[in-house]
Amino acid sequence: MLQVNGRVRQLQLDSRVTLLDALRDHLELVGTKKGCDQGACGACTVLLDGKRVLSCLALAAQCDGREVTTIEGLARDGRLHPLQEAFIRHDGFQCGYCTPGQIMSAVALLEEGRATSDEEIREFMSGNLCRCGAYPNIVAAIREVAMLRRT
Amino acid sequence: MSEFEYVRAEDVAGAVAIVSRDPGASFLAGGTTLLDLMLKDGVIAPGRVVDIGRLPLRGITRRDDSLLVGTLTTMEELAAYPTVAERAPFVREALLAGASTQLRNMATIGGNVLQRTRCRYFRDLAVAECNKRTPGSGCAAVTGPARMHAILGASEHCIALHASDLCVALVALDAIVHIQGVSGERTVALTEFYMLPGERPDIENVLEHGELVTQVEIPLLPAGARSGYLKVRDRASYEFALTSAAAALVIEEGTIAMARLALGGVGTIPWRAREAEAILEGKPANDQTFRAAADAAIRDAFTVPGTAFKVELAKRTIARVLQTVAEMRS
Repeated sequence: MLQVNGRVRQLQLDSRVTLLDALRDHLELVGTKKGCDQGACGACTVLLDGKRVLSCLALAAQCDGREVTTIEGLARDGRLHPLQEAFIRHDGFQCGYCTPGQIMSAVALLEEGRATSDEEIREFMSGNLCRCGAYPNIVAAIREVAMLRRT
Repeated sequence: MSEFEYVRAEDVAGAVAIVSRDPGASFLAGGTTLLDLMLKDGVIAPGRVVDIGRLPLRGITRRDDSLLVGTLTTMEELAAYPTVAERAPFVREALLAGASTQLRNMATIGGNVLQRTRCRYFRDLAVAECNKRTPGSGCAAVTGPARMHAILGASEHCIALHASDLCVALVALDAIVHIQGVSGERTVALTEFYMLPGERPDIENVLEHGELVTQVEIPLLPAGARSGYLKVRDRASYEFALTSAAAALVIEEGTIAMARLALGGVGTIPWRAREAEAILEGKPANDQTFRAAADAAIRDAFTVPGTAFKVELAKRTIARVLQTVAEMRS
């Protein structure tokens, strides 16, 4: 049993299925992306019980009974999450493949209180690679939401 | 990818019993090493995986001048523990220098101690020569391109690196590993826990199959000590060390009264630099002393063309971290 974006989902899976494959292939939540599939790129970042983790390196079975939040679970009442809006406003992506992972990671970053400077944002977002090199705009989007939250 | 049976452990004794009697069974904690090697690289293929993730082995308690860290405590949890920042700041620095926040939320302290090498020859099944994977087959890293490899404790049999940052600070602190086996508990100093590869690189530590690391005991630094961790790498963040050093000093009126030094990025095991410590203690805290210590620490290096640069880089890393720590206010 997984609780995904507030919904209880019952699954019967092979022991080898990762959380990432459970989300994408069994629950049709393909917003979470498979990049390296080896813990090196951050594209598969989701929140597990509120903490950011790499879904490619967790077995679905390990997550039994736990709460998973994916990019599909961020919008509220048809409104995008402030970070999603900021990424659009600041053009925080090019091809977009790393974007769901970037945004999930940034959601956690704000919760952790680690967005107090550009330097800190860069350090604590370093687990999310962007091969297009949209980093300056990603940092700008996160900085803006962090500043709005502080005021 | 081979099939395996997934078992969720109910208690510590049960988990140890299951794995002890099944040579094909493996403990699963945070998964960032095991699942990577199993599912992705196919380097290991346990028939049974015993998930210990929900056992009550998580959390930190203070006992006198030590921290008792449950093996399932995550790297982020240990880094956030206030006493670590106050009394062993280089442990916190080493933790936060490793991996990414996502991985640190998953990876456990016990798993960090037991992490496998990142040697790409070990992790590539297409490479036949790997004494760590297949004893007696040779070492492709010694003859092939190498960079992220060890120069201390290394030989023509194996130059695989122990890539932990945390364990560098832990060996400097004389951390102690608490182990549970079928016949009881025992403790081993972390500096005695790892085995040099020698002619058997496949044997990495003193654990018997089925023994479980339950706690890591971290002695805190004495009052008045200052410490630092310096990591040198190919990119600014989220990268393994080329070289690193953890240092703690007590300086009294310009003289080094106590020195702890350990190295990362260079050793087949987290490397305690005792010869360097002996040179530091009793000497004035100046650049000349630091360089002498660095020279002593990197004697008898085994290098291949791709790792020869690490000799001087490691010495400079040591000198730099000692300078930095000496200039801190205690």
